[in-house]
Amino acid sequence: MALVTGTGFASVYIAGQDVISTGSLSYGIFFLSVFLAAHLVVRLTVPQADPYLLPMAGLFVAIGVIEIYRLDPDDALRQSLWIVIAVGLFTATLVLLRRDYRRIERYKYLVGLAAIGLLALPALPGIGTTINGARLWVRVGSFQFQPGELAKILLIVFLAAYLRDKREVLAQGRLKDLGPLLLIWGAAMLVLVETRDIGSALLYFGIFLAMVYVATARIVYVGAGLVLFAAGAAAAYRLLSHVESRVTIWREPWTDGAVYCAQTGKLLPRQDCASYQLVKSLYSIANGQFAGTGLGKGTFAGTTGEPLIPDLNTDFIYSALAQELGLVGASALLLVFMLFTLRGFRIALLAEDGFSKLLAAGLTFGFALQTFIIVGGILRLIPLTGITFPFVSYGGSAVVANFVLLAGLLLVSDRANTRRL
Amino acid sequence: MNRQITRLAVSALVLLVALIGATTYWQTWAAGGLADRQDNAIKVVAQFTIRRGQIYAADGRTVLATNRARRVQGRTLYFRRYPAGNLAPHIVGYSTQVRSRAGLERSQNDYLIASNKNLRTVLETTLDRLRGVTIKGNTLVLSLDAKIQALANRLLAGQCGALVALEPATGRVLAMASAPTYDPNLIEKRFGELSRIEANCRPAAPLVNRATDGLYVPGSTFKVLTAAAALESGRFRLDSTFDDPGYCIEYGKRVTNYADQSGPEVFGRVDFTAALQHSINAVFCEIGKALGPLVLIEYAKRFGFYSVPPLETPVNERAPSGLYQGSRLFRPKNRFQVDPGRFAFGQERLLVTPLQMAMLAAAVANGGLVMKPHVVERVVSPDRRTVARAKPEELGRAVSAETAAALTSMMEAVVSAGTGTAAQLPGVRVAGKTGTAETGVPGLNQTSFIAFAPADRPRVAIAVMLENQEGTGGRTAAPIARELLQALLAGGSNS
Repeated sequence: MALVTGTGFASVYIAGQDVISTGSLSYGIFFLSVFLAAHLVVRLTVPQADPYLLPMAGLFVAIGVIEIYRLDPDDALRQSLWIVIAVGLFTATLVLLRRDYRRIERYKYLVGLAAIGLLALPALPGIGTTINGARLWVRVGSFQFQPGELAKILLIVFLAAYLRDKREVLAQGRLKDLGPLLLIWGAAMLVLVETRDIGSALLYFGIFLAMVYVATARIVYVGAGLVLFAAGAAAAYRLLSHVESRVTIWREPWTDGAVYCAQTGKLLPRQDCASYQLVKSLYSIANGQFAGTGLGKGTFAGTTGEPLIPDLNTDFIYSALAQELGLVGASALLLVFMLFTLRGFRIALLAEDGFSKLLAAGLTFGFALQTFIIVGGILRLIPLTGITFPFVSYGGSAVVANFVLLAGLLLVSDRANTRRL
Repeated sequence: MNRQITRLAVSALVLLVALIGATTYWQTWAAGGLADRQDNAIKVVAQFTIRRGQIYAADGRTVLATNRARRVQGRTLYFRRYPAGNLAPHIVGYSTQVRSRAGLERSQNDYLIASNKNLRTVLETTLDRLRGVTIKGNTLVLSLDAKIQALANRLLAGQCGALVALEPATGRVLAMASAPTYDPNLIEKRFGELSRIEANCRPAAPLVNRATDGLYVPGSTFKVLTAAAALESGRFRLDSTFDDPGYCIEYGKRVTNYADQSGPEVFGRVDFTAALQHSINAVFCEIGKALGPLVLIEYAKRFGFYSVPPLETPVNERAPSGLYQGSRLFRPKNRFQVDPGRFAFGQERLLVTPLQMAMLAAAVANGGLVMKPHVVERVVSPDRRTVARAKPEELGRAVSAETAAALTSMMEAVVSAGTGTAAQLPGVRVAGKTGTAETGVPGLNQTSFIAFAPADRPRVAIAVMLENQEGTGGRTAAPIARELLQALLAGGSNS
């Protein structure tokens, strides 16, 4: 079944490429073989795993690469290499943990510390790199990596293990057991604020609350968490200028008159300055209308070929897709994201032990929340914070992390289904 | 734990559904509003994906505006090019990325990008859009005669001024030149070079269409209108006689005739024709006093004064003629607000455009009937079908045919044996009137000449207006008019 669906997606991909340039069939063949390989790995290591997840992930990645190719063929080549690496790591994860992934539970503190370590890595002088005001990258030679992406998964693993251990006592309200939890989580938040990565901070916080809720069934914790969050957000708004600016952009992207522009130090309408990217991206989405302009026919460059939207193929790939695929295509894509989320939660429901349930639920919710934070930011539902669109965005670390996430879900699923037989 | 997982799943789905909702909002509900926003660069680019229609001169061969296709980021964009350079930039205008548009490129944009509402165009562009082919705009064919236009530019070279040639019976604009002229190809990337254009006025302001937007003191050319009012009102007749002492008394002071080294001219007893022929200020001053300014304004309005003259160019590139106070038209409430004598010979606060003066000459030539001027002769679809064609339209009757005939005979006398002899053509009866207006700078005048020919069966009517001239209208503007009339009549621009 996966093979059939996979082939279908590959052919869609080839057709899509055909619109852009006839000479890029090789991309389609390359894709087909990569996914065939991934599929074989899945069949061999986790034969009973959910059959829909891999093809859906394949679809996301394929759509992503098509759009990245359309925006910048060189980036598409790099992305393809990353996909190969990602599938390699995916295979490694499956092979290493196929017997019983639950043994990592024993190393939960190690995992938690590793997550913090990874998060703190970019803050280290020498190897950390600042891009667009956020210090998220590690650079070794010409090799760039965003360790936060993997840290997210490790943190979810830690939370799942820790919460399974302490859920009963936590449910009874023994606050002392929250200690290590808050410690690790607090450290993570501190690092995120330090690196100015608000989007990830929001994501981690959401995952944390969701997992605590699933583990304890105490809505009080969620309530307290939200109150804490509101207080934290208010403080951040007051104290951190970049947070305040994000909120201002969100509330009022267009101004009739000129306002102070921090980037140039001049007076400009806000749509020409701070909210330039958001506004141009909204124009791009609106231009898609119902049916879209068609793949390869969207407008992303001005009359002299200058790009209209910065970071289009990373954080803003959704606005490129929405323009070219229109409401029909964008909604269809989001529906598949919903389907992926549903399958993920289904795995959590079917899993037998608490660790597996928490792990699957955490990974899935993280996937859905990340989608909401970036796309919701682009659509001006919430203030815009730059994180990647899962599987679709250009970015090596993100693709690798997402495939590891997929491997985790498949492992849980395989175990649950095997035990049921 | 399953209950919590189910609840979490529901909340996650709610978040994703909200994304679909928001996408729907932006792509349907809000899309129109965003498309209209000025900073929407996508819509700007979209304009350049359309192959704009071309603009041709009357011969259908001289290309005034066309496109150069360029591949930008995998798509073809069409940028404007003006092969005729400085031939008629003030009418054609320009369409660029950096400076929006001007001239017909601006006012006829709907035709040029095929978004006009003619059924055929709507059908074809919709089909093109569905098939994903480039949308092609409609082509404009102007009434401008390329050769005459080139001659007009040559005659005005180095000067500041303008010239308009109309076909009296139809209102067709045969030539319309504004000097100094400029090359519209410079607008996009070499705009700075335009400021280096020099002429005998400062600033040279080459972008202004002086033919429709330049305001000049008409001086004695306005006497044609005063004569028209005098005759049409019945207060004076062609055989009325006047006594010219060399001056006219206004507000207790003398207003003298044109003066040379030997002092003001004095003509004594003259008839109406001689008064116009020699452009006697004292006589027209008396006529003005007799008619009063309100009557003069009423007749001026009949010729089109006090309203923006109709033409296809953008309305902000055309100015109305009339009495001005500061930069605004002045509409006197009673006769005491205007000096009637000076008004009658084209001074006071009177300012006119060359187009309006050409319309005055054309109306006299056309038996008193004012025709609506037009410069766009035909609109042609990409498959060479005519989308729209200009039809001669009457703006109204200014004076009766008899009055027009009388004015014609008077104007003929100006050219045959008066101030306008420099406009004489062998074998052709030319009717004309000179104008010389002092500008306040000693020795520098605004000179003008209006004319039509042949006087018995007029085919062309023209107005020439020049800035900063040392001589009179008869010596500066009339020779230019002569060259132009000769070329126009030789070209055989038959209606």
